[in-house]
Amino acid sequence: MQFMLLFSRQGKLRLQKWYVPLSDKEKKKITRELVQTVLARKPKMCCFLEWRDLKIVYKRYASLYFCCAIEDQDNELITLEIIHRYVELLDKYFGSVCELDIIFNFEKAYFILDEFLLGGEAQETSKKNVLKAIEQADLLQEASVCLHAGFPPSVLSESFLCSLDIAGVFRRVKLD
Amino acid sequence: MALKMVKGSIDRMFDKNLQDLVRGIRNHKEDEAKYISTCIDEIKQELKQDNIAVKANAVCKLTYLQMLGYDVSWAAFNIVEVMSSSKFTYKRIGYLAASQCFHEGTDVIMLTTNQIRKDLSSPNQYDTGVALTGLSCFVTPDLARDLANDIMTLMSHTKPFIRKKAVLIMYKVFLKYPESLRPAFPRLKEKLEDPDPGVQSAAVNVICELARRNPKNYLSLAPLFFKLMTSSTNNWVLIKIIKLFGALTPLEPRLGKKLIEPLTNLIHRLHKHLSVFAVLISLSSGMPNHSASIQCLACVLVKYLGLLAMSKILKTHPKSVQSHKDLILQCLDDKDESIRLRALDLLYGMVSKKNLMEIVKKLMLHMDKAEGTTYRDELLTKIIDICSQSNYQYITNFEWYISILVELTRLEGTRHGHLIASQMLDVAIRVKAIRGFAVAQMAMLLDNAHMLTGNTQRNGICEVLYAAAWICGEFSEHLKDPLQTLEAMLRPKVATLPGHIQAVYVQNVAKLFATVLRGQEGVPDRQVAQETSQLLIDRLPLFVQSANLEVQERASCILQLVKYVQKLQQKEVQVAEEVTALFAGELNPVAPKAQKKVPVPEGLDLDAWINEPPSESESEDEKPKAVFAQEEQRPTRPRHPEVDEKELARRREARKQEQANNPFYIKASPSSQKVYAETPGVEHIPVVQIDLSVPLKVPGMPMSDQYVKLEEERRQREKAERKKKKEKKRRKDKCGRGHRAESGGESEEDITPAHTVDIVTEEMPENALPSDEDDKDPSDPHKALDIDLDKPLVDNEKLPVRAHRPPDALKSPVEGGEGEGVAQEPKKKSKKDKKEKEKRKSKERKASVCFCFACFGIILGFVIGRTRGAPVRPLAVPETSSFLVQSYDIQGNLQDGSQVVVSVIFENKSSSSSFLKCMEFNVLDSLNSKLQRPEGASPHEAVTIPFQLPPGVSNEARFVFSVQSIVMPQKLKGTLAFIVKDSSTHEKLDFKLHFTCTSYMITTPCYSDAFAKLLESGDLKASSVRLEGVSMPFHHLLARICFHHHFSVVERIDSCASMYSRSIQGHHVCLLVKTVSTVSIDAKCDEPSLLENVLQEIKQTFAKC
Repeated sequence: MQFMLLFSRQGKLRLQKWYVPLSDKEKKKITRELVQTVLARKPKMCCFLEWRDLKIVYKRYASLYFCCAIEDQDNELITLEIIHRYVELLDKYFGSVCELDIIFNFEKAYFILDEFLLGGEAQETSKKNVLKAIEQADLLQEASVCLHAGFPPSVLSESFLCSLDIAGVFRRVKLD
Repeated sequence: MALKMVKGSIDRMFDKNLQDLVRGIRNHKEDEAKYISTCIDEIKQELKQDNIAVKANAVCKLTYLQMLGYDVSWAAFNIVEVMSSSKFTYKRIGYLAASQCFHEGTDVIMLTTNQIRKDLSSPNQYDTGVALTGLSCFVTPDLARDLANDIMTLMSHTKPFIRKKAVLIMYKVFLKYPESLRPAFPRLKEKLEDPDPGVQSAAVNVICELARRNPKNYLSLAPLFFKLMTSSTNNWVLIKIIKLFGALTPLEPRLGKKLIEPLTNLIHRLHKHLSVFAVLISLSSGMPNHSASIQCLACVLVKYLGLLAMSKILKTHPKSVQSHKDLILQCLDDKDESIRLRALDLLYGMVSKKNLMEIVKKLMLHMDKAEGTTYRDELLTKIIDICSQSNYQYITNFEWYISILVELTRLEGTRHGHLIASQMLDVAIRVKAIRGFAVAQMAMLLDNAHMLTGNTQRNGICEVLYAAAWICGEFSEHLKDPLQTLEAMLRPKVATLPGHIQAVYVQNVAKLFATVLRGQEGVPDRQVAQETSQLLIDRLPLFVQSANLEVQERASCILQLVKYVQKLQQKEVQVAEEVTALFAGELNPVAPKAQKKVPVPEGLDLDAWINEPPSESESEDEKPKAVFAQEEQRPTRPRHPEVDEKELARRREARKQEQANNPFYIKASPSSQKVYAETPGVEHIPVVQIDLSVPLKVPGMPMSDQYVKLEEERRQREKAERKKKKEKKRRKDKCGRGHRAESGGESEEDITPAHTVDIVTEEMPENALPSDEDDKDPSDPHKALDIDLDKPLVDNEKLPVRAHRPPDALKSPVEGGEGEGVAQEPKKKSKKDKKEKEKRKSKERKASVCFCFACFGIILGFVIGRTRGAPVRPLAVPETSSFLVQSYDIQGNLQDGSQVVVSVIFENKSSSSSFLKCMEFNVLDSLNSKLQRPEGASPHEAVTIPFQLPPGVSNEARFVFSVQSIVMPQKLKGTLAFIVKDSSTHEKLDFKLHFTCTSYMITTPCYSDAFAKLLESGDLKASSVRLEGVSMPFHHLLARICFHHHFSVVERIDSCASMYSRSIQGHHVCLLVKTVSTVSIDAKCDEPSLLENVLQEIKQTFAKC
């Protein structure tokens, strides 16, 4: 896979992952061109198209388009399957994912993608394993946030970690 | 302290976090750009703070802005800072930002090498994972080279989580650094049988991708994959494996037969699953049985894929697809353009002599209905492609083709006039038999030119008039009524055509004029000839006034000529012959690659200077006389032979570079446009017999349809004739073994072309070499990976390991102590008489052992900031062993300033079955450094290595050294004793360990404030060194110091940087590196002799490059 783009129906880019090194200018050009092409297609048209010397595989989920570019010899169906698997992963992680989840937690969406694909190849085909890896990394992250913020390790109970939104808590207190 | 931290984090809460930024952008829809620019200003402020949490937050926001299309390359250094944070939270953000923002051109990547290496060897698997993920996005050739060995080590990590990432990233490394493929491949192969399915599928992925590009190198893996395919239940893996087999089967036909059974099973198992198509698509290349798959495809719902699969099958089994022609033609009516285009592609491959006319007829019908000019243009080019493919192989009747071309001209608004025109020209020139017909058709086109002139834009349909005029003029002897055509070409409307067409018109008017004159030669009545001259004189002034220079020039030239002819005519002189002589001779087509294939005459060197290159120094300019005199003495021939191969290659490279940068340089491209050059007197072209089975003159505009009918009739007739012949034959040998059933359709070879057409081949220069190499794209990264993997590894093929002494040390024989000097000899020898040696090796069955010494800083089983590397340092080798390489790196440890653990990898490299056992390792202790022996052992006793080594196996042993003073470099001598099992002889190997001062240094990050305090404290002694003749960019220089000498950059301002490192015993070493014209390093350290030694080592590093 050469790259993956997520964009909304309005043509706003939500996520981009490039597995080939390109300059920013080129990336922008490709993105603009592809978003236009894909958005112009009617819903009944097939979800593969040939573009330059690449093949584009896209699929629409609600208001989001997931769009991958693959090489000529690559398999379209497996790419479609990859897109679907990624959506399933997002869904499991966020719990019925919506566009806003991806907008506000875009780094999380990237982390999931990175656990699932590496260098453009599927890395882990088991959903369970991907989610496990992400959860553990998150736990590690939150633990270090806590420690850094000066909380004693005793507060690191699991329930506490779940409701961990320190910044939010403080702000609410202040506003009240 | 804790209070301060809490306070810090409360402060942070008033900064914008990512969510706030996103919300803010959404709330400022009208003035988004302004809002973002204020945000960027804030971020810049945040990045200036010391608090890493604030920085990470800022970097996170930047990553978001980068996605929105804002330039964040200015923050690259900050991203690196966040990457190097020890906290996973920030490291994760840093790597994410890097993977999104960095690309090959980013300079700071150079600085990350050490950091990445540190993370790769981190005890926390998530740190390693995050580093691998990030690396996969921005790996550069340099990073690939430096880190290949570390990643390879990670491939055997205990955690499958790391293993699979390491395996996958190896593919990226191979692409960037192809030399790593061979050393890493055995381990990659091992991973195919990894117990963890994730790792296994990663390995399958990587090998499939590699094999797809260069299948022949991977044939030996087929049995392994066959086993995997039959045992694996993971569909993802299966698809990849089948794809791999798709690439392998064409090379090994036996494989195809073996695969049928498991594949049929698979198809049944995956029935109804979408991926069955994926299987089919992959399988279709090179599989022998297809009946099942074709049936599936005939009723596909997924049209696109069905078509795609068919096009794959078509390549190998054209017949099975042809029966679905109607289905494919139906697809042309599909709404979706990509389906239509796929169907067109398929048709392209399906045509044969038999069905070409029919298919093209359907396409023409389709074109009438088609909407949208782009699609219609696509159809048009496809029709032409289909017809002209492989040198008009499938065209049996060129008259039909010409009439198709003429019909195509009626297409409205096409942009492919040029294409049609070039086809017309090509056919008319190369197929001699058709010229008469073509000329008649072209004359008609010219007559009806008004229909075509509606669209006068470039490449519009009027381009065909260019071809028409040229053909009519050039082959005017075939014209029935040249005078009429001449008139048609001189109509005032012509002046509205584009200039280049008018120019051709004018030129060909002259040719026609010549023909008319010749036609009137014998006629006693001179009226017609004179009227023609008058016509030209009347009409040509129109062209003389043309705005186009070319037209103007040609017209005025010809006008004068005609005026002169008219004068002669009035004097009743016969002029026809002389006028005709102006256009005598035949024009031949020249192959597009002809120029390239002209062989360079012997003795001519195109790269040599013809004159002396202009020198830039003024002194030479002042004495041009001397130069001139010198020139005269020389032979007139340009001198050349002094330039050697290398130099030539370099120049070629430079020239290519220059050409690539020069926008005006026209590159050789395989365009279909031909160069028509005048080559008089080509009698050797065979004259063609025309079989006039079709009337040549067709009244009105031609209709290609009638040819289809005629062709049918003709074929029927021929068939009947052939049948008759067969009957006769059959009657003759009736006594033979029964009849063969009459085949339903006629086979390809049975169709004879309507004309015995000779297609004139394009001209090539004499003794041109038939080469098709020029079609390959040299920039394909996969080409570099075409490496034979079955050859055993040669011992100089090793992944580069980080070295404090770069491996170049091997090349300079003067440098180094006795140990090195001795060691080099066998190495050289081994190169010279390698063959002989190999023989000897097998005969003597002597064990050869390869040592890799790698020393880690280890305490309590906990690896600290390990950065490995090893200068390849061959040791003194006893006569009996073939060769030995020892490489090591010494790494200190912050916690224990007196201990180093040395990991030694022993590898038995002997080819025969010699077992090594009873290995004993001993080092001659110095006062300063001692090998720690088991308790109770005497101070000189050897340490027994607790394993045996079968041939080709390697294993690792660890030895602890205690070091007292680290201020001086030192060398330790040692021996390894072992017994070769079969011969039960004792063997002994001597080696040397070199502990440099650099190896006691540990990369330690330091913040600028702490650094400043350290310098102010005044307990440090200063020293400085100059590096002469270092011409590398500054950041490379820094990276090199970081890399080889374990320093970290504290701060960098322009061409000045401060760096810091710490020894295992806690000495601070601070550097200030400046580059003006030369590089100077001012250093401070609390231990002057350590500092001196480190500086000397730095100097040595740069002296070598």
